[in-house]
Amino acid sequence: MCGIAGLYLKNRALERQLGALFAPMLIELSDRGPDSAGVAVYHDPIDEDGLKLTLYHPDPAFDWDGLTEFLEEEAQLSAEIQPIASHAVLISDGDEASLRPVIEGYDPELQIMSLGRVIEIYKEVGLPAEVCARFGIGSLQGSHAIGHTRMATESAVTTAGSHPFSTGLDLCLVHNGSLSNHNWLRAQIERRFGIHCRTENDTEVAAAYLTAKLLDGLSLHQALEAAIGDLDGFYTFCVGTGAGFAVLRDPIACKPAVLAETADWVAMASEYRALTGLPGVERAKVWEPQPATVYSWGAAA
Amino acid sequence: MSAGAANLIELDLAESSLRAVNQTLQRHNGKGEDGHYRILRPNGAHALACGLDAPLTVEIAGHAGYYCAGMNQAARVTIAGNAGPGVAENMMSGVVRVQGDASQYAGASGHGGLLVIEGNASSRCGISMKGIDIVVLGDVGHMSAFMAQAGRLVVLGDVGSDFGDSIYEAVLYVRGRVASLGADCIEKDMQDEHRNDLADLLRLAGIEAETGEFRRYGSARQLYHFKTDHAGAY
Repeated sequence: MCGIAGLYLKNRALERQLGALFAPMLIELSDRGPDSAGVAVYHDPIDEDGLKLTLYHPDPAFDWDGLTEFLEEEAQLSAEIQPIASHAVLISDGDEASLRPVIEGYDPELQIMSLGRVIEIYKEVGLPAEVCARFGIGSLQGSHAIGHTRMATESAVTTAGSHPFSTGLDLCLVHNGSLSNHNWLRAQIERRFGIHCRTENDTEVAAAYLTAKLLDGLSLHQALEAAIGDLDGFYTFCVGTGAGFAVLRDPIACKPAVLAETADWVAMASEYRALTGLPGVERAKVWEPQPATVYSWGAAA
Repeated sequence: MSAGAANLIELDLAESSLRAVNQTLQRHNGKGEDGHYRILRPNGAHALACGLDAPLTVEIAGHAGYYCAGMNQAARVTIAGNAGPGVAENMMSGVVRVQGDASQYAGASGHGGLLVIEGNASSRCGISMKGIDIVVLGDVGHMSAFMAQAGRLVVLGDVGSDFGDSIYEAVLYVRGRVASLGADCIEKDMQDEHRNDLADLLRLAGIEAETGEFRRYGSARQLYHFKTDHAGAY
C-alpha cells in the first residue's frame, strides 16, 4: 500500500503554516503506511555557493559537535550543524565532491539524506504521528513539502529504506507502488551517469532516473514524460525540486491519487481524506490525475 | 444524532464514529423499513453506507472514500460529491447516485440496481458487472466493462482504451468516442429494441439524451466458448 502526500503553496503568506497544514495530511495516511514516515521540506534557501545537507546517524548520542570540528579543522570546510533528533542539517561552503567523501569517511553509519540549497529530508521508522512529533514537522515553514507513509514491500523497514529519496541536488521523490525493472535501470544509470544508488530500494532508482534526466538537460516535466516509457511497474509519484512540484501515475493507474488546487495551494494525496484540513478545500478543484499524464507546477515545466 | 425536517435524521461524522453511523443505518436491515438519513462531514471516510438492506434514502453530504454504498440492497444512496475507489461495489439492488466523479472500479461486480455517475468515472468502471445498470454522464477510463457478464453500461461521454475486454453478455451504449475496444468486444447494430431499452434506462436514471446518438457494443462471443477444434491449444 503506502500513502503519499504533497503540498505546494502558491500563496507565500501561507508559508509560515506549511508544517501545520502538512503534518495532518501525512498522519491521516497512517493506516496506508504505519512502518515508517518521511518528509522533504523546501525552506530557508542558502547562498548560491553553499550547500545544505541533511545527515542521519542511528546513534541518538552521536557527537555532532565532533563532526563540526572534524570538518572545520581536518577537512578545512566550513560547517554549521543543527541537530534535530536523529538527523542534523549541515550548511557548508564545500561542494558535494569535497563533502561527501569526508562525511562518509568520518563514520560509516553517517548517511546523507539530502543535498541541495533548499531541501531538508527527515525520515524514520515509526508511526507517522511519532515521526512528525520527533522532527517537529508541524512547526516547519517553507514553500512546499512532500511526504510518505510506508508499508514496506520491496526492501527492509529501515530509516535508509524510507522515503522520500533524494539522489540529486534539491530533487526528491515519494512513491506508492513497486517498480519491476529497477535492477536493470540501477545498473544503466550507474554506468551512464555515475549516479550511485545507496540502497536496494526500487524508489531510489526512480529518483536516480530523474536526476539523470535533469543532468541531461530535461525539465522535470520532460523527465517525467520520459519516465512513462522507461520505468516499468506500478507507481504514483510525487516529486519536488527547489522550486517545482509534479505528480505522475503509471499507465495502468492502480495506485490511487487525488489532486486538489485553489488559488493558494496545490495538494496531492493517496486519498481525499488527507486533504480535508486544508483551508478552502470545500471550494477547491478536486480531481483524479489521469494515467500516464504529467502534472507540474512552479519551475517544473 | 439530530432530527431535521420531516423525519430526516442527520448523522455527523465529526461527532459519531463511522461504525456507529453505519450501524444506525444497518439497524433497518431486513425489516423492510424506510427512513431518510443525511450523513454530514463525510470527509472521504471509507465504507460509508455499506451493506444496507432496507429501502432507506441516504444522502452523503460531501466526498466519500473507498467502497461507499458497497453491497447495497434496496437503499437509495446519493453522494453529493466525489466517490473514491469501488463505489457501489457488488450492489444487488437500489440506486446509488454520485453527483461528482467516481474513482476506479465503480460498480464492480454489481448484480443489480442502478448506479448513476453524474461526473466522470475513472478506470475499470463496471469491471465484472453481473447485472447492474451503470449510467455515466461524463467519460469513463481504460479497461471499463472488463469481463462484464450481464447488465448495461451507458456512457454519455468518451471511453478509454480496451473497452469491454473479454466481455460476456453485458450491453454497452456509448454516445462519445471509444479510444479502443478490448479483445472480443465489437460494435453491434442499434435497432429499435435497443433504442427502447436505452430510453427506458435513461428515463430511470433521470437523464435526457437522444438515443439515436448512441452506438452499441457487446461480445463477439469468440472468446468464451470452448471450441473442440481448438482442444489441442489448451
